Amino acid sequence: MVAQTLFDKIWDEHVVRAEPDGTTLLYVDRHLVHEVTSPQAFEGLTIAGRVPRRPGAALAVPDHNVPTTDRGLAIADPVSAKQIQTLQDNCAAFGITYFGMNDIRQGVVHIIGPEQGFTLPGMTIVCGDSHTSTHGAFGALAFGIGTSEVEHVLATQCLLQKRPKTMEIRVEGQLSPRCSAKDVILAIIGKIGTAGGTGYVIEYTGSTIRALSMEGRMTLCNMSIEGGARAGMVAPDDSTIAYIKGRPMAPTGALWDQAVKAWRELATDPGARYDAVVELRAETIAPQVTWGTSPGMVTGVDGNVPDPQTMNDEKLRQATQRALEYMALTPGMPIRDIQIDKVFIGSCTNARIEDLRLAASFAKGKHVAGRVHAMVVPGSGLVKQQAEQEGLDRIFKESGFEWREAGCSMCLAMNADVLQAGERCASTSNRNFEGRQGAGGRTHLVSPAMAVAAAIEGHFVDIRHWS
Amino acid sequence: MDAFTTLTGMVAPLDRPNVDTDQIIPKQFLKTIKRTGLREGLFYDWRRRKDGSQDPTFFLNQPRYQQATILLARDNFGCGSSREHAPWALLDQGFRCILAPSFADIFYNNCFQNGMLPVVLKGSEIQALFESVGAHDGYQLTVDLAAQRVLTPEGTAYHFEIDPFRKDCLYRGLDAIGLTLQHTDQIAQYEQRRRTQSPWLFQDVASTAGPA
Repeated sequence: MVAQTLFDKIWDEHVVRAEPDGTTLLYVDRHLVHEVTSPQAFEGLTIAGRVPRRPGAALAVPDHNVPTTDRGLAIADPVSAKQIQTLQDNCAAFGITYFGMNDIRQGVVHIIGPEQGFTLPGMTIVCGDSHTSTHGAFGALAFGIGTSEVEHVLATQCLLQKRPKTMEIRVEGQLSPRCSAKDVILAIIGKIGTAGGTGYVIEYTGSTIRALSMEGRMTLCNMSIEGGARAGMVAPDDSTIAYIKGRPMAPTGALWDQAVKAWRELATDPGARYDAVVELRAETIAPQVTWGTSPGMVTGVDGNVPDPQTMNDEKLRQATQRALEYMALTPGMPIRDIQIDKVFIGSCTNARIEDLRLAASFAKGKHVAGRVHAMVVPGSGLVKQQAEQEGLDRIFKESGFEWREAGCSMCLAMNADVLQAGERCASTSNRNFEGRQGAGGRTHLVSPAMAVAAAIEGHFVDIRHWS
Repeated sequence: MDAFTTLTGMVAPLDRPNVDTDQIIPKQFLKTIKRTGLREGLFYDWRRRKDGSQDPTFFLNQPRYQQATILLARDNFGCGSSREHAPWALLDQGFRCILAPSFADIFYNNCFQNGMLPVVLKGSEIQALFESVGAHDGYQLTVDLAAQRVLTPEGTAYHFEIDPFRKDCLYRGLDAIGLTLQHTDQIAQYEQRRRTQSPWLFQDVASTAGPA
């Protein structure tokens, strides 16, 4: 038998039929739905007189637009309110499970899937959201789709897809103390570039990846799309199975045993070939900070802002120049000298309980710098509840951080949590595009530990040497 | 979906690499529950200066590009968010075709769902087109899907690749969902087999969700 990769096994198991040119009708096991990319899909179904093929395979939640302040109040923005109401109405009309704004299970769509055990190894999982790659941490094939494809999946439980290529990204060795999955993925994007993974599904392998917790693996896979890959995956192992066991939607009893047996068969076979291989050493990865307007514009905290004048490539020089102008940074200045105004700890990248525990451990007994405004937005109502049971909310509040309700919040600033023009933010989210967190806002992507340290010192610090 | 056969139209150049979908259509325009009327949000932040006035140097604010139906772009066009609002906004502006050396995967797929043709040409060919568009007011190209060619007024023909299945769907303006629904029997057979082999995949979300 031909040695197969994790991706090959899942893909082959989901082929319903194939066209002569290889275009494949791929079966979709699970579908996550949120308020921003679904209304036109439901409208399309209605106009065509179609109904969802398997409403029981979908889970819907409002996350992008929801306020992170008092949920008892009505949403101030009527347009946001209407979009959320539309999702609720559509789910009621089409029989789709919906976690509403005042449901403890509500949260960022990519946080609640794994939390509920909705996300399982070997599955194909889609959502009208590019960070669906997060779910690949469980050894699932998970990727973002557009709204027309959301409609396609609702109507047929399938998607028309061309088989992507495979890329192995192997990370070996031990990470420096206080370095995390966020630093690993930012370093990877720095190495392969924001289009390096275009056309590929990435499988992350190696001892560093194996040593990551499930939540770390989610952070890693989450940002695969920032490297251009629609999906990133990690083969399921003991950590995966331990994480899933006992979650509400996980199988139980004999079904559990049967599922675990199947999951153990998913790992890439020895000798299987990838279309591309990239290797990194964990020891070389410093805490990462983005300095520009693309996630690939990143360097270690011990580095400097690049100087466009030293670049020979004309296009790279122009792009760097433009990014530095937008970011209002001086060429050559040390990253540690960058002063910040705001700190955002949250998003589908870094708002799970481990992220909050780590952030709280760095904040404990210290206080946010005078001119810095810092907020913590848990990834879900259940993460928030857990954090409060552990007293993390008190630590954050005593340290001067705001403690908010769950949602996407300032990752993309569709709700009221927005950077003002010219404000500079240390953010644990995933995109530093121009205007992403608010028109004219300046975003530096970092890990939760780096974000806390920056909040307290008012500028970036090398957390490896920070007391 | 509108069919795409041959398009002859004016070309507008956007000379920046890595144009992300947050730039094509910023978040505040994603609150709509409609597919139409998104032109207003297209490149919203780039169209305006800091004081809110229109920036006359931005390409879409220049009269010479108002009627363009073909967008000329650089590498990794459409990266970032999966928002289909990006192709919807470009279509609402009048663009049916985008030429670039490379596209981000999700954006590329989304174009085909809306009767739009994303064309990948070589970097050198795109560079030559940027120079021609800059040099000639009202520069037009013809994009011939059947022949998989972009024709210049100077008589040059650039060949492009496209998956045969996508090409056929676009050329005939086929509804992808309608096509898939023709295979409902095969989908049902697949489900039956999988349900026997891997029954946990078919647990109902509603009945297994955790307590509210």
